[in-house]
Amino acid sequence: MAFLALDTLTKHFGSHVAVDRLTLKVEKGEFVSLLGPSGCGKTTTLQMIAGFVEPTSGGIRLEGRDLLAVKPAKRGLGIVFQSYALFPHMTVAENVSFGLEMQGVAAAERAKRVGETLDLVGLGAFAGRFPRQLSGGQQQRVALARALVIRPQILLLDEPLSNLDAKLREEMQIELRQIQRTVGTTTILVTHDQGEAMALSDRIVVMNHGRAEQIGPPHETYERPATPFVASFLGKTNLVSGATVRPERISFAAAGLAGTVRTRIFQGNHWLYQVDTADGLVTVIRQNTGEAMPGEGAAVRLAWRALPPQSSGEVSASSRTEGS
Amino acid sequence: MRAVPYLLSLPALLLFAGVVVIPLAMTVVLTFHDWGQYKGIEPVFILKNWQEVFGDPYYAEMFGRTFRIALIVTVLTALLGAPEAYILNRMKSPWRGLFLLVILGPLLISVVARTLGWALLFGGNSGLVNKALMSVGLISAPIPFMFTETGMVVALVHVLMPYMVLAVWAALQRLDPQVENAAVALGAGPLTVLCRIVLPQAMPGILSGAVIVFALAASAFATPAIIGGRRLKVASTLAYDEFLNTLNWPLGAVVAVLLLLALVLIVVGANRLVERRYAQVFG
Repeated sequence: MAFLALDTLTKHFGSHVAVDRLTLKVEKGEFVSLLGPSGCGKTTTLQMIAGFVEPTSGGIRLEGRDLLAVKPAKRGLGIVFQSYALFPHMTVAENVSFGLEMQGVAAAERAKRVGETLDLVGLGAFAGRFPRQLSGGQQQRVALARALVIRPQILLLDEPLSNLDAKLREEMQIELRQIQRTVGTTTILVTHDQGEAMALSDRIVVMNHGRAEQIGPPHETYERPATPFVASFLGKTNLVSGATVRPERISFAAAGLAGTVRTRIFQGNHWLYQVDTADGLVTVIRQNTGEAMPGEGAAVRLAWRALPPQSSGEVSASSRTEGS
Repeated sequence: MRAVPYLLSLPALLLFAGVVVIPLAMTVVLTFHDWGQYKGIEPVFILKNWQEVFGDPYYAEMFGRTFRIALIVTVLTALLGAPEAYILNRMKSPWRGLFLLVILGPLLISVVARTLGWALLFGGNSGLVNKALMSVGLISAPIPFMFTETGMVVALVHVLMPYMVLAVWAALQRLDPQVENAAVALGAGPLTVLCRIVLPQAMPGILSGAVIVFALAASAFATPAIIGGRRLKVASTLAYDEFLNTLNWPLGAVVAVLLLLALVLIVVGANRLVERRYAQVFG
């Protein structure tokens, strides 16, 4: 029996179908990402799990119990909001302590757990500050600590890193993964950032128009996209000779598809090429190994290994696909 | 070149000096002049008027009444206005716009007209308000409203309510609605969310509304003049009487200057307190 099970979960807003018969099983301790463009229904799904939005039909079960019959305040889930939603009039310690107070935890035990959790997110020295006096990254950690301190059965993360700058986001991704591994809480992350989803998750649910297009581990989903949407959403793709090819899988070779380099862009660790060929414009990414690379206007030949088509026989139990 | 900003603000400074500073200074100077029934105002420097106001308990009673009424009005508008603003904030359109108009509507009508309306409703022992209260059994005998502090408080609360509602509403609109959801997710019930999450964040709005309402209630003229008349005076109607009925301008000036000083002290002091308390929280 799955730890958390969404069963044909559906939400209509008027005539608009936000979430369309989403079925998902999450195992205990798993980190699952709901990935998709804005309006794909990922946030609505999260809010239905949290209890802020009532599903039109379908069910949510947590350890076999019907979660929809439980009030939001009694679900005991830890939520990190996109805006962090910290209590601005409370100190960091008071923010983190609030959930424990609601659970009726004794003051001494409360102080101990608040201290432990703040240390876990590296904010032990900031307990007396107000949220306004913290940076965005620090506020994010407070929000995480506040969600984790109540030892939630499930941790729900709603675009938690989207308000941080790129460098800080990368640091927080690593830290978030480490913290999740340490505490072992089952986690559901909502994001539109495919890099974030792939970096953090055990499994990714790629959503589009309210439906799950593919559910699977990051590497497998990237290498074997079930639909053109999944292929293009997870990374750059080329359609050459009728096959879908990732740019980094194309190399310059002695023989192969003939073309001319139109543009070459240096991006530090790699070169980004656009090559004119008989099949149209092909994007090529080559690692920067320090060797000489063809320049703009050079005649090149392209060789590649196509993504293997997804056959139902290869799909493992943990990567069921559905949708179009 | 350093003088340029000052030169540019000169017109505004001149206007400020002309319409605020100079009349105010003249009023202060006036407080030291002498006055007699037959000799009129004599431009001398004496402390007689100040000594009279500070020595006669009559004036202490006037000021005491003024600030007592202002304080009661402030507390009542906060108690009624804060929930009003909260309900307004939770309303959906079109209701929100409609009720905002209902709340702000009184501001579009002259204070005199509104207060005269109250005077009609109060109108002696058989006024509409008393009849209504007695018919629902809230009171057994009519309450005197006209020429009483009760009547003045009721009318002032109505007149000043929009300022409190607007101040609290502005504070509530800055609230992140997800913050309430965050509290709910952590296990807080509706009452806890209201008391521990919403109210503290609305507090700066309530306090700034209170400062406005207090200042306006203490310096109100039309409402006390109509409801209290000359039988029940407050500082502003007292100053008016000294100026226009007794014609003792210097004494009226003392009352006016004292009222201004007391208000400035109270408002500035309250603001300081609010700012110190909330500077680090809300900035």
